[in-house]
Formats: sequence, C-alpha cells, structure tokens
Amino acid sequence: MQSQNARQDIILSALFSVAVLTMPIWLQPIGAAYPDLMQKFAIFGLFAIGFNILFGFTGYLSFGHAAFLGVGSYTAVWSFKLLTMNVIPAVIFGTLMAGIFAALIGFISLRRSGIYFSILTLAFAQMSYNLAYSVLTPITNGETGLQLRQQDPRVIDQALGVVPEAGLPVTNLFGFEMQGYTGFYFCAILLIIGFIIALRIARSPFGMMLSAIKSNQNRLNYIGVNTRPYTLAAFVISGMYAGLAGSLMAVTDPLAGAERMQWTASGEVVLMTILGGAGTLLGPVLGAAIIKYFENIFSSFHEAALLSAFDFLPDWLAEPVASVLGLFVGEGWHLTLGAVFMLIVIFMPGGVIEGLNKLVSLVRRRPDDTAPAAVQQPHSAE
Amino acid sequence: MVKFPNGFSRRTVLKGGAALTGAAMAPTVFVRHAFGAEFRNNPGSNATVPFGFNVPQTGAYADEGADELRAYQLAVKHINGEGDGGMLNTMTPKALKGNGILGKKVTYVTGDTQTKSDAARASARRMIEKDGVIMYSGGSSSGVAIAQQSLAQEMGIVFMCGLTHSNDTTGKDKRRYGFRHFFNAYMSGAALGPVLEKEMGADRRAYHLTADYTWGWTQEESIKNTTEGLGWETVAAVKTPLGAGDFSQYITPVLNSGADVLILNHYGKDMVNSLTQAVQFGLRDKQANGKNFEIVVPLFSRLMAQGAGENIKGILGSTNWNWSLQDAGSQAFVKSFGQEYGFPPSQAAHTCYVQALLYANACETAGTFYPPEVIKALEGFEFDGMGNGKTLYRAEDHQCFKDVLVVRGNQNPTSQFDLLEVVQEVPRSQVEYDPSIFGGELGPYEA
Amino acid sequence: MDAILLQILNGLDKGGAYALIALGLTLIFGTLGVVNFAHGALFMLGAFCAVSLQQLLTLSKRIKDESVTFFDAYKEVPYLKIWFGDFGDTIIDYSVPLAIILAIPVMLLIGLAMERGLIRFFYKRSHAEQILVTFGLAIVLQEIIKAIFGANPIPQPPPDVVAGSADIGLLFGLGQGVVYPWWRLVYLAFSLVVIGLVFAFLQFTTFGMVVRAGMQDRETVGLLGINIERRFTIVFGIAAVVAGLAGVMYTPILPPDYHMGMDFLVLSFVVVVVGGMGSLPGAVTAGFLLGILQSFASMTEVKAIIPGIDQIIIYLVAVVILLVRPRGLLGRKGVMES
Repeated sequence: MQSQNARQDIILSALFSVAVLTMPIWLQPIGAAYPDLMQKFAIFGLFAIGFNILFGFTGYLSFGHAAFLGVGSYTAVWSFKLLTMNVIPAVIFGTLMAGIFAALIGFISLRRSGIYFSILTLAFAQMSYNLAYSVLTPITNGETGLQLRQQDPRVIDQALGVVPEAGLPVTNLFGFEMQGYTGFYFCAILLIIGFIIALRIARSPFGMMLSAIKSNQNRLNYIGVNTRPYTLAAFVISGMYAGLAGSLMAVTDPLAGAERMQWTASGEVVLMTILGGAGTLLGPVLGAAIIKYFENIFSSFHEAALLSAFDFLPDWLAEPVASVLGLFVGEGWHLTLGAVFMLIVIFMPGGVIEGLNKLVSLVRRRPDDTAPAAVQQPHSAE
Repeated sequence: MVKFPNGFSRRTVLKGGAALTGAAMAPTVFVRHAFGAEFRNNPGSNATVPFGFNVPQTGAYADEGADELRAYQLAVKHINGEGDGGMLNTMTPKALKGNGILGKKVTYVTGDTQTKSDAARASARRMIEKDGVIMYSGGSSSGVAIAQQSLAQEMGIVFMCGLTHSNDTTGKDKRRYGFRHFFNAYMSGAALGPVLEKEMGADRRAYHLTADYTWGWTQEESIKNTTEGLGWETVAAVKTPLGAGDFSQYITPVLNSGADVLILNHYGKDMVNSLTQAVQFGLRDKQANGKNFEIVVPLFSRLMAQGAGENIKGILGSTNWNWSLQDAGSQAFVKSFGQEYGFPPSQAAHTCYVQALLYANACETAGTFYPPEVIKALEGFEFDGMGNGKTLYRAEDHQCFKDVLVVRGNQNPTSQFDLLEVVQEVPRSQVEYDPSIFGGELGPYEA
Repeated sequence: MDAILLQILNGLDKGGAYALIALGLTLIFGTLGVVNFAHGALFMLGAFCAVSLQQLLTLSKRIKDESVTFFDAYKEVPYLKIWFGDFGDTIIDYSVPLAIILAIPVMLLIGLAMERGLIRFFYKRSHAEQILVTFGLAIVLQEIIKAIFGANPIPQPPPDVVAGSADIGLLFGLGQGVVYPWWRLVYLAFSLVVIGLVFAFLQFTTFGMVVRAGMQDRETVGLLGINIERRFTIVFGIAAVVAGLAGVMYTPILPPDYHMGMDFLVLSFVVVVVGGMGSLPGAVTAGFLLGILQSFASMTEVKAIIPGIDQIIIYLVAVVILLVRPRGLLGRKGVMES
C-alpha cells in the first residue's frame, strides 16, 4: 500500500513536471503561451499551493496572505537595489523575510480560530497595505511602487566588477536574463519543486497532523497534543511560499507595488484555491491558472475583434452575436469571472478537481466510486 | 466556453516555436543589444502594425477608460485614412498621409489596467509578448503610468502616457521610452495662481485636503508653492486615505480652522465624495475672515463634474482640454468624435487621441519604427492644430508644453454636457519651468 | 469641544451605515449559518433603487441646444415639471426619501429570490463554498449595474429642506456657528429607527421569538414542528431590506457607483466579527464604536502623534479587541470558531 502510494506520487510529480514544462506548447491553441502569462501561472500556482497548505490541509482560512506576497516582492527588489541583480539572493531573502513576517503575524493570529482568525489576518494585511501605500513610502515608494534605478548601489555586483550597462540592469541567474521564456522556466522549476515539497508535506506525519487539526482540533487538544506549533509551522511555510511567489514576481518584473497586499489580492488566492479544489494538490494550481487566464485573455477582447471573429456569419447575425458576447469580454470580463465562480461552485462542489474526478468516475462507471463519501470534503463545523 | 479564433496569431505560433527550439537563449537574442535595425516587434514586411491600448476597463475609472478607448479607435481610423480625418486635417507640421504608417495599416489590441500597476504591466506585457505591439498607450493614474513607462524602457517599446498628472511622470521618474502629452500638477498651479489672485485676492488662508499618495503630494506641493507665492497662508495640509468614502472627519476640522479657502487635492471618486460632502457641510455658503469661503479643485474633469452634480457649480479648477474650445483642431476632433459616438470627448479622450497621432506621425517622420529614431523624432517636436495651441514635446523630459485651461463649474449649463466653462486659456509661456527642478534621468535610447 | 462633538457625530453617522449593513449580515449568519459576501452588493442595489427612481422621475423633455452642432446636446426639462409645475419639482426634490417606498418591496423580492434561488442550496455546504458563490454573485450583480448605469458616481441630492447645515451649537450649549449637515442628522435618526424596529420585531413578535430561538438552537425548534426554513427565508428578505435602505439613505452622502458594495464589504465583516459572530447588539455596538474611533483617529491632533493612524485604526482596533476578547465584544462561544 505504502509503496504503491509512493509510486503514484512519483508518477503524479512526473506528470505535473512535464505538463508545466511543456506549457509553451499546449497553451498555444488557447492563446496563453506567452512568457508573462505563463510566468503568472507558475507564480500564482506557487502562491496557491502554499495557501492550500494552510487552508486546504489545516483548515485555517487566512484572508491576509497577500501581505506575505508583498513582503517577498519588496525584499527581492531591495536585494536587487542594494546587493546584486542575481536572483538567488533575492529569492532567498524574499522567502525568508516573508517567513519572519508570517511567524510574527501567525503567532498572534493563531491564538484565535475560525472566522476570528480570518479577520485577524485580514486586519494585519490591510494595515500593511495602507501603510505601504502612504506612510511607509520611503521604504515602499508608495503608489508608484518600488523600482530599480541606474544609481542603485548593488554592492556585490560592484565588488565583482560587473560593468553597469547603459540603462536599467536586468535580473539574471549567473548571466541568464530572467525575462521572457528563461524567466518562465525559472519560475516553472520552482513551481515543480514547490509542488513536490507540498506533496511530501501532505504525505508526511506532519501532514497527517495538519489534517487531524483540520478535522477536529479539540480532540487533539483533549488527548494532550499541543497543536499550536503545528499550525504555526503550517502558517510560516505557507507564508514562505507566498514570499517566494512575491520574490518571483519581482524577479520576472522588478517592480513592487502596494496593491499586491490589498485584501482583494488576498481574496484572489482564496478564490483560486476554492475554485480549483481546496485540500487537493493540483486544484490550487488549476484555480490560479483559470483566474489569471480570465484576467489576461478575456479582458483583451474588444468588440471590433469579436466582429471580425464572427465575420463568417451574415451581417445581421454577426453584430448582435458580437454585442451580446461583448458584455462578457473586454470590460465585462469581471462578469464572466463572477458567473464562472457561481457555476463551478454550484455544479462542481469541491472545486474543479473534484468535478473532474467525478466526471472520470462517471465515465468509468465503477460501482465502488459512486459512494459520495469518498470524494466529499470534510465540512468545517458550525 | 466560446473560442475566439483570432485570440492566437501567427506570431504566437512563431514565438512558441522559438521557445521550443532555443528556449533559454531566444529572448536574449531578440531583445537586447539588437543589431542594426533589428528590434523588438519589428513589423518588418508585415502589412499591418499593431498598437496596444491599455486602459482601465474595470474599477473606478472604467468610464474614463472607455472614453479613452473610443478616442484610440477614432485615431486608428484617422491614421488609416478612414472617417473624416479629424485632427489630421488641422495638425501642422504633419508627415502622416492618411494611409497608415509608412504604408502599413494600423491595427490595435486592448487591455485592462484595472488602475493597478501589476495588472497594467501584465496587460502591457501581453500586448508586447503575444500581440507584438510596436507602441502602447493609455491609463488614468500616475502610479500606473510610471509603472508602465519603466516597463517600456525595459522592453524597448514606446509608451505614450494617457491621463497622468503627477510631476513625477516627467520628473523624477521620467523615461526615454515614456512620453506625456497631458499637463501636470506644476502647470495646474502655475495656471491657477493668477486666476486665484484675481478672483480671491492675495490675502487668503488655505486648507488642503490631499489624497495620501504620490500624485496627491506633488499636487499639494505645486499648489502650495503657487498660493504661498501669492501671499496666501497655508493653515493646514491634511492627508486623507485613498478611497476614504466618507470624508466628514476631515471636513469638520476645516469649519473652524480660520481658513477661507479649501483646496481639494483629490481625483476621481475621492474628489466627487469630498466635494459633495464639503458642500453639504455648508462650506460654499460660509463666511470666514469677512470673505466668502471658496473651494478649489486643482484638477478637474468633465466626468468628475458629472459625478459631483450641482456641487461643482462655481468651483475653480484646471483642465488639460475641454470640448467647448473653438480652435480648428478641437472642433475637428469634437466633430469626428461626436458624430461617431453621439457625445463629446473628455479630456482623457483628447490626450489619448493626440498621443496616438503624435506617435504615428513621429514614425512617419523618422521613416522607421526603430524606437530610438522614433523617440528622436518626438523629442523637441513642435506642433500646432491639436487643440492646445502651439505645443512643444520638450526633449529634456518628454513633457508637452502648451496652453492650460482654467475652468469653472458652469452655473447655467445649456446642455447635459455643458458642465465646465473656460475662465481663461493660460498661455504656455506662463506654465513653463526648468526641467532640472524635478531631477530624474531619461536613460538611454537603446533599451 | 465643538470639534469633539462634531467628530462624535461623524462617527455616529459612519457607524450608522456600518451598523445597518452588519446587522443584516449577522441576521443572515445567525439564522441561516451563511457567510454572505453578497451583502455589500445588496447595499449597492438599494442605492441604485434611489438612482432608478430619480431617473424615472426626471424623465425629461429634451430641448435641443442648437449651438452644439456635432452631436445632440439637450437641455432637459423633466415631464413632471412640465405637467405639474412646482409640485413636480417637489416630487423630484424628494426622490431619495421616496425611494424608500420603492426599495422596501424591491429589496424584499431580491432577498427572497436570492435565498430561494441560490442560498438555500448552500446551507449544508462549507463556508468556503458559501464565500465563493456569494462573492461570484456579488460580482455578477455589480457588473450588471455597471453595464446599465456606467462606472461613474451618480449624484443624488437630498431634498432642499435638509440640503443645508443645521446650527446645532445652541442645542448643545456651545453657542452659535457649530453646524452639521441636516441630511447626516436625518441619516443618523433613520438608522437608529431601523435598528430599533428590527430589534422590536425580533423581541416583541411571535415570529421574532421563533427566529431568536432558531438562532440559539435550530434543531430543537425544528423538532417542535415549526417550519423554521420559511421564517429564515423571510429573515433573509428583511436583512436585504435593511441593507438596501441603508444604501438608499446613504446616497446623498456618497454618490453611488457600482463598486460601493465591495468598498463596504470588508469593513462590515470586520464590524460583525468585532461585535461577535451571531450577536445583533454586538454588531450594532461595534458599528458605532468603530465609526467613532475612525473619526477621532483622523483628527490632526491625533495624527500628529501617530502618523498614518487614520489609515489603520479600524484594523488595529479589531486586532486589539479580538486579542482581549476572543469572541469579539458580545460573541457566543462556539460560533464560527472551527
């Protein structure tokens, strides 16, 4: 049993890696195979995987995870400004700094559970956002966002005698510039590593403890288990994932803005995770990709493009079709997103992954798979 | 889900191919240290050349963004020689021939900035990486404009700013690849100064409410410099959080502060709310220091005036352009826009329309799309017939210098669009300044 | 002294809006166990009831402005004014208060439709899924409003009689010249009345008694053979009406736009939680408390000591209260804690 599970995990990881690395090919037909969007898929996939460790595995719904994303970004940009354009220190410091913040905020917030915990995390994140936007401008550059400058010290680069080019320096990994497809592959490899770590966590005794906390924390407390170190560890790990995602945002696009920390950004990762399937391993990555796809592709259609897309239809039909569809794309992409949220949650309880699982078992028609208990999520108790 | 056959182009397929073959090295060859005339998104022998229009389509500035998009669509038509030609008939000097740019028809793609730097940059990168745009433009916020023009520098694609009013855009954050036609906070101050003095005298006590982010600060600073130069005293300058909604807690202290002028350094929804509420608190009817209490809104727009309704009446401010102007360029533009859409363009639409035309014209002049040459054609370009009198794109900071309008909320509008009356067209010479006062560094021509 | 009085009034006013929204949220949560992220959208829909009525009343005869040649510009004269003269003007002037009459049935219907059509299928689902579906609904609702009314705020002036400021100084013995907008006083009184009505309804009617019992122990009430479901549906309708009325009356203070619901959503959740989940008095108390604290934190004197405090005060207070009182001000044990 154990070894079979291990084999399944290896197959899963391998399939995941292949799927991620071949994104430039199979995303082609849906128009998503360009570096920036694929970078976003990988980065927000990481963010959601990390969030899922806290929410999906442990059952704690944080509404302030964007704060760690922001901290990761700011730290990474400062690393570019002060130390070096090499991305390794930026990623390490970004992740660590987010971990420290997560430890502080987690230590306080985890004193409460349920919605009280959610509101505490929300409050910390909103305070970070509001301060970063205004009072902390010397550190964050406020509304404009923290940017690189030609005159930045970059002490390590300077000590190594890197000749500053004309223009802004570019983030690099020992000479490989972290833009375009190289940037994507860097993010993709980290996404795969992050996925495998999450998988290992889920299978480890620590992961078992987290899911025990999710199903009934009181019982654990009664039998004398102190759950706090476990929840705090889960919180810090997921905060570090967010920090890593944030520093990757800075790696691929060296600018850090405060709005990354706003509650809408925190809400977005919650939606990604639930949409894909909280508690599942692949779900959050899928949810992240769906939302980012809508944001970037659906918003880019405009009526003229729709009209030309339907020019095979007769004129009297093409115009009404284009104008009706026009409500759902371009400036109406939010409407589509909202409707998709509703449809998925109504018709696919447990998220896209659960929906797919059900579909698969329907097709297979294996009688033992029809037992709903097998796929049902443990509901949080009232 | 519906499939959109045009969502992917030949270019995406090509790029995907490049990714597969020489995955790691491809971008370095394409992007940087390009040889000769090889540059990013070179249209080469294509028959068309795409522009990217990146405007807010969701969020508080969605209506302004929609108006910008209308203007861009009109500009593309005119550049391609369709429609009545609009300002192409009045622009001088002009290289465009009404057959596209350098014989290529202009196409366009659109995107949503959401008035967020991250979203705007993601959308711009899509346009650059996927749609292969040669230039992108648009926006309704300074933070977003600055974020986009630094991206422009990194990517080597020119960005023509939309509506952005902060001094920083062409000051400390200026970029070689970013250009701004819109006026800025300094010019608002310089233009308003003499009018304020004439209308309210030299002995006034001003109270500032300022949106607590960089645009608000630069405007507060510019207006303060002007008014203090007139001899006004600044009683207080209070920062308010962005999107505060209810501003009552900031307005009540104004009542008994001894101030007799309230200056609202707010834009968009903040301005609509703070002005509406200030009027409800009776500030318009108030007497202080033996004078009528006055409210000033340094940056006005017609869309905001609509949102504030009656409260805008009689209030002074400045604006980049207004549809009621009678010069030939403005008339030509209002005519094409009005006939196309049935209502007049906003100042945001005007600046975006002009920006698209100016870029196209610069390419035609330079005889190439190669960005450094296009940039050189724009730098120092002096033109007329585009609605603001004789205008100069200053080479030192990529800021346009032109006449600025001081306007007042119309007391007796003759129609639903007649919300602002022009008090004075302040000549360009009065709002010029030395580019060195704001610092900043344009950066190199070769990105 | 008068500065403090005015800030208290500002706070009560803001608090009134928070309390009304939070009251509905708590009602829904306490009875149905549903986390309703679409509640801000209900507030927004209420505000747009006022907008719709105003646009209906000001349907206008258009007189073309001949000086504008390139497009059609009109001076608009409302038909009501043409038909009824000054009386027509008066009706238009009172469009916001009149909108209350429109908003009550409309919001009730919207509330009932929402509960029957969507929410009831989510009673047994996880809170996460409730959040996702109601958030999706909120987006859909606000996008529909945006498609109809645009994104720009739409001014809603209060009636002329209460458009100006009241001299309240004499009332409080502070001498003349201390003024406060009439409409804000009206709003404060209105919110107190609505809160009072909701409490009276729950306290003094049989219906209310059953609902309160249901909030305490739903199963037992069900076992007693009482159709609790149907009553809860009506409770949802009432919560929608309360949010909608708050929206209608707030429009003169805050010109409504399609996004206003989202702007209030997070704040009202903070209010509910600070008050204590499932506690109606808690929600009201927290609403007023946070409103007042927010006002005081914005005073220049306070900001001089702690810069930026007005940016974070609500959240800071929320953190402090939740750390001192684990279940908010008046929350019950075991509600939404796991």
